[in-house]
Amino acid sequence: MRSFTYERATDAVAAARAVAQRPGAKFLAGGTNLLDLMKLEIETPTHLVDVQDLGFDKIEKTGDGGLRIGALVTNTDLAADTRVRRDYGVLSRAILAGASGQLRNKASTAGNLLQRTRCPYFYDTNMACNKRKPGDGCAAIGGYSRQLGVIGVSSSCIATFPGDMAVAMRVLDAVIETVDAGGQRRSIPIADFHRLWGDHPEQDTSLRAGELITAVVLPKPLGGQHFYEKVRDRASYAYALVSVAAVIQRDGSGRVAFGGVAPKPWRVEEAEALLPQGAEAVTARAFHGATPTKDNAFKLPLATRALAAVLAQAGTPAQKKG
Amino acid sequence: MSDTAEFALSRRGVLAGSAASAVAAAAPAEAMPQRTPSGATPTMPVRLTVNGEKRELALDPRTTLLDALREHLHLTGTKKGCDHGQCGACTVIVEGRRINSCLSLALQHDGDAVTTIEGLGTPDKLHPMQAAFVKHDGYQCGYCTPGQICSAVAVLDEIKRDVPSHVQGDLTAKARFSNMELRERMSGNICRCGAYSNIAEAMADVAGERA
Repeated sequence: MRSFTYERATDAVAAARAVAQRPGAKFLAGGTNLLDLMKLEIETPTHLVDVQDLGFDKIEKTGDGGLRIGALVTNTDLAADTRVRRDYGVLSRAILAGASGQLRNKASTAGNLLQRTRCPYFYDTNMACNKRKPGDGCAAIGGYSRQLGVIGVSSSCIATFPGDMAVAMRVLDAVIETVDAGGQRRSIPIADFHRLWGDHPEQDTSLRAGELITAVVLPKPLGGQHFYEKVRDRASYAYALVSVAAVIQRDGSGRVAFGGVAPKPWRVEEAEALLPQGAEAVTARAFHGATPTKDNAFKLPLATRALAAVLAQAGTPAQKKG
Repeated sequence: MSDTAEFALSRRGVLAGSAASAVAAAAPAEAMPQRTPSGATPTMPVRLTVNGEKRELALDPRTTLLDALREHLHLTGTKKGCDHGQCGACTVIVEGRRINSCLSLALQHDGDAVTTIEGLGTPDKLHPMQAAFVKHDGYQCGYCTPGQICSAVAVLDEIKRDVPSHVQGDLTAKARFSNMELRERMSGNICRCGAYSNIAEAMADVAGERA
């Protein structure tokens, strides 16, 4: 690990300023992803601003019946919150499907959104990676790509966003609240938070330098049945090959987003409008224009089957017909 | 036992450190981060309460909680397996929650209470989970065992505190102990000898005594 200096921030704007003013400075929350990457020298911050004392560790009701989740609420506490379990089951389910108990106890809400890809070529510093080193090339393209993206990828990067929590938040239309070094606040819909790689895969999100996440806001509950179906190589403690976050209403309508397939949680509103017609109709539209490799082409039928499994559990009209 | 033991550098760390000091010698002093005469990164103070005892350390900011425990406090019960949060051998209980001590800087835990395997029980007075692991033969080589036991103790507490799990059918129901539950909840602790079924029996034994 490269050496760095460390400070504990006591004020959000001061923390944002500390990071904005120093090239190479980074925020530190739980640290479960950042420290892993620092040990491998994939991340080499020169200064860490620890934000754990900023008080963003509460889950509060909002004026319009939603919830404001502090950026530092741990994954465990968020998944265990009785309001989340009752009204946003898809979110609890998604969080509990990810990582291990130890990691969920330390990992934060904001940090989970900011976790970096698990592409093996990103992790292997002997391999070319545009995300790790802009302009370096991409060893994953033409390499072994079983885990990698099938849609929304580019000619410079085919990595996926690896998280589960954000896929559920995408279905719930969560909004990410931030503050910057000038004290300016911003609300970013989660649809606009994670970027498609394009020519700049080194940039994961739409956050600007020194912009600090303070909270994630969930709109008022959607009702319906909540599902998070995750398909992976092991029954526990593995990243998704494909995951499906869904909220299905009694009439068969609903919302659905896919994880493990793209640089961001993959939700296509025109596709979910086809939910009453069944899984195949939805995925045909959601994955229209997909560019899978020979190693990961299986993800397309797998997404259809995972969604079909969800609809079967929901017992929607389309499923009953079939 | 000394709190001021030198930070034990890996070979890779030594090489990286020497390269940095070589550059420092060649560059103007004001352009480089502040360094001690020996070329090491300046240390920072950390206060921990470890197994009930207050400890004060001066650490290189890079020191993980795991290395602080093992290399500085010489509490070598906590093991370093993968050092990347994948195996669970480094599991300790911090402020009542189990975490991977390898993925936390010691500085992040200034003021925190840490319980390691050495703090759960003693050879004369084993923690019930330690006794159950012995009774049910919940290990072979034993390397993962301190992490397994810290995790197992915390898992039973998590169920008691109604922390839900992936295998729970009804999220709004109270968390309950079962074989499926403990297998899911212990998935962050790997045992390459494969003592899983005996670990499960040890945990069930302790959970039964408590119920």
